Amino acid sequence: MFRRNHIIVLALTLCLCSVHGWAQQDKQDKQQQQQNNQQQQMRGLDEQVQQIKSDVLGIAAELNQLEEKLLYPSGTQVAIFVALATGDPLRLDAVRLQIDGQLVAHYIYSFKELEALRKGGVQRIYLGNVATGDHKLEVVVDGKLEGGADFSRTERFTFRKEVKPKMVGLTVAGSGNTPIALGEF
Amino acid sequence: MGGDLRDLYFGEALYQALQGRFFDAIQRLDTELAMHHGLDQPGLDTLHYHVNDAEFDVGDFELNYRMHHRAGRAIKAVLEGAVDESVRNEAAFRLARIHFQKDQLDDAQNALARIHGVVPAQIKDDVEFLRANIDMAMGKPGDAVKVLQLVHSDESLAGFVAYNLGIGLFQDGRTREAIDQLDKAGRLPAADDAGLAIRDKTNLVLGTMLFESGDFERAKQSLDRIRLGGLFSNQALLRAGWAEASAQKYDRALVPWNMLVEREPTDAAVQEAMLAVPHAYASLNLHGRAAIMYGKALDQFNKQIEKVDASIGSIQEGRFLKALIREESRQDETWVIRLRTLPDAPETYYLMELMASHDFQTALHNYLDLEDLQSRLMTWQTSLDAFGDVIRLRAQNYEPLLPQVDAQFRELDSRMRLRLEQRRHLAQRLQAMLTAPRPDFLATAEERIAGERLALIEKQLGDSDNPQSLALRQRVARLRGALTWRLQTEYQERLTAAHVHLKELNADVETLTRQYDDFVRTRQAATHSYVGYDAQIAKLRERAADALERVDSLMDRQGKMIETVAINQLMARRERLVTQQTEARFGVADSYDRAARTQSGEEGR
Repeated sequence: MFRRNHIIVLALTLCLCSVHGWAQQDKQDKQQQQQNNQQQQMRGLDEQVQQIKSDVLGIAAELNQLEEKLLYPSGTQVAIFVALATGDPLRLDAVRLQIDGQLVAHYIYSFKELEALRKGGVQRIYLGNVATGDHKLEVVVDGKLEGGADFSRTERFTFRKEVKPKMVGLTVAGSGNTPIALGEF
Repeated sequence: MGGDLRDLYFGEALYQALQGRFFDAIQRLDTELAMHHGLDQPGLDTLHYHVNDAEFDVGDFELNYRMHHRAGRAIKAVLEGAVDESVRNEAAFRLARIHFQKDQLDDAQNALARIHGVVPAQIKDDVEFLRANIDMAMGKPGDAVKVLQLVHSDESLAGFVAYNLGIGLFQDGRTREAIDQLDKAGRLPAADDAGLAIRDKTNLVLGTMLFESGDFERAKQSLDRIRLGGLFSNQALLRAGWAEASAQKYDRALVPWNMLVEREPTDAAVQEAMLAVPHAYASLNLHGRAAIMYGKALDQFNKQIEKVDASIGSIQEGRFLKALIREESRQDETWVIRLRTLPDAPETYYLMELMASHDFQTALHNYLDLEDLQSRLMTWQTSLDAFGDVIRLRAQNYEPLLPQVDAQFRELDSRMRLRLEQRRHLAQRLQAMLTAPRPDFLATAEERIAGERLALIEKQLGDSDNPQSLALRQRVARLRGALTWRLQTEYQERLTAAHVHLKELNADVETLTRQYDDFVRTRQAATHSYVGYDAQIAKLRERAADALERVDSLMDRQGKMIETVAINQLMARRERLVTQQTEARFGVADSYDRAARTQSGEEGR
């Protein structure tokens, strides 16, 4: 799961040239005062920035719900997700999806996105609408294997859309007998 | 799916977070958690398998998105929920870490005090490491040392533990032990970039401590262990030179210093080396060479002062903020370094120096976050306009069609209800006939008509004793008997057939009900696609506009704050450069003077 090390290193200020006169001391005090004021202002601003972030997240959530209701109502909604098999060294370059013969997604992966997939992230590659009933899904995966050889596979699946929102998960693996596995949720 | 992932949307939140898109990650996971907690039976939801991780992760995402308040609230919610001991302990640890980062040391210690019993193995060392850091920050280095001495961490944390232990010993007044500990820490193997960086830092601190205690040889050895390409290499080269110079080995001091003066001239260590090099030459009585090097330093300081002035001017003109928010400049982690090399962008020359300041970094991150919020809000305003259009067009399309469709549907609906009622009635009758046989119910239409005609004839014949009537009554009775015989003997067969037919009818009714439901859903969807959004959209539009106004105002203030911090730092830097310029100017004159005197002395001899 998502974890980051928050390592705290203690600061030790060691000064090589530490000869200060009284005049410098006065100046330093002023600078210190100025810094303290700045820090206080920054903290105040930081609080406000945190608050506006929270408000904008609230707007985003409501807007997302509105968008789903308007553009992808549950009766027709289908979402397709892509994941990499755990520990698979495949360098995924691109994924193309066709639903009932229509190209619905063609995605080319950046380094960052590939790394996120390798660490267990799941990409929602397509969100759209289909009628209830059976549908044909064609998946084309392009990439490179660990040794540098080209990897290209095409698989065809059928999924059934019911009244509730449909989620289809595709797991891609460069090794093993199942290069593209379908999981329905 | 990869691994044990059971909830795709949780996986999607991780996907966003792993790319540093914390806003999207929080938004996704918040929505998922809210939906999960709103369910009647959350145990049936796929997020149920990850809910503890999700609660922690949303706090982590918020922390990474610099939303400490919300992160604290999220983790407190876990802490106060009905969770396992190990989960509660992890929550207490995370809460303590947030308090520590916010400098709330008592709260941090209280949070750690809530840890009892089973501590998850993966955070055991982190807990003790944090405990020691809190002790140090509270001015109790002795306690910190006791804690750190018991931590046996893996390679990823070992360098940090060893370094902090050294600093703890030093602050506790145990200088000799501190030096030994830092010496050990400075030789530890490093697993990654962070490990290499802390090892470099350890050696830099150790080198400085040894230098200050007059142990120049050991100081140099420690400084030599710092990587030449690392973050601390400029400082290391500078101090290594001073270690040699302090031991009167000026020729050896020139090796690191000459290497340093070739580096980026905006770096403070490089600028200091520019004066140190001629100082070393002068100490070696190479006054001519010293004069040339002082001259070069003077040129460089003049140029740097011009650069600082240009930077300050450019920042005052507002160009600095524009440079910071350039999209292409934030594509990778080296953007700060690359910004400095942009031609015709004096505002960014000293950016690396500014980035070293924590205040500046906080202000900059907030500014960049605000800029991101601003662009999101502006995009959403366009989206809301588009939604308004979609709704208007849908209304135009559906409103003329729907009344006619509804009228037809009402007619079909009443017919359908009638038939369904009939079917229900038949089913009830058949069910009753299983226990109370009623053969007459299973008569065909012909048989029913025949029975009714016989009853009519019987009625017309009356009770007359007329022989003709008697004969006719007998015939009627025979026919009635034949009819009854048929109904009675065929009853079981007919009942079975009736049940079979009813079952066949069930399939048709099922198809009909499905079509009916489909129609009702589609009809509802048609209405839902354009009715009832106006108030929500208007409210969202208002909220977005209000948020945008606040973001603009905050950006303005935050931007001014960045400019002020930058200008203050650059002014301080300028002051230092002016002092160095004066020293260089004096050095040039002094060196020429000494060179001339040396030369005249030689000529005199």
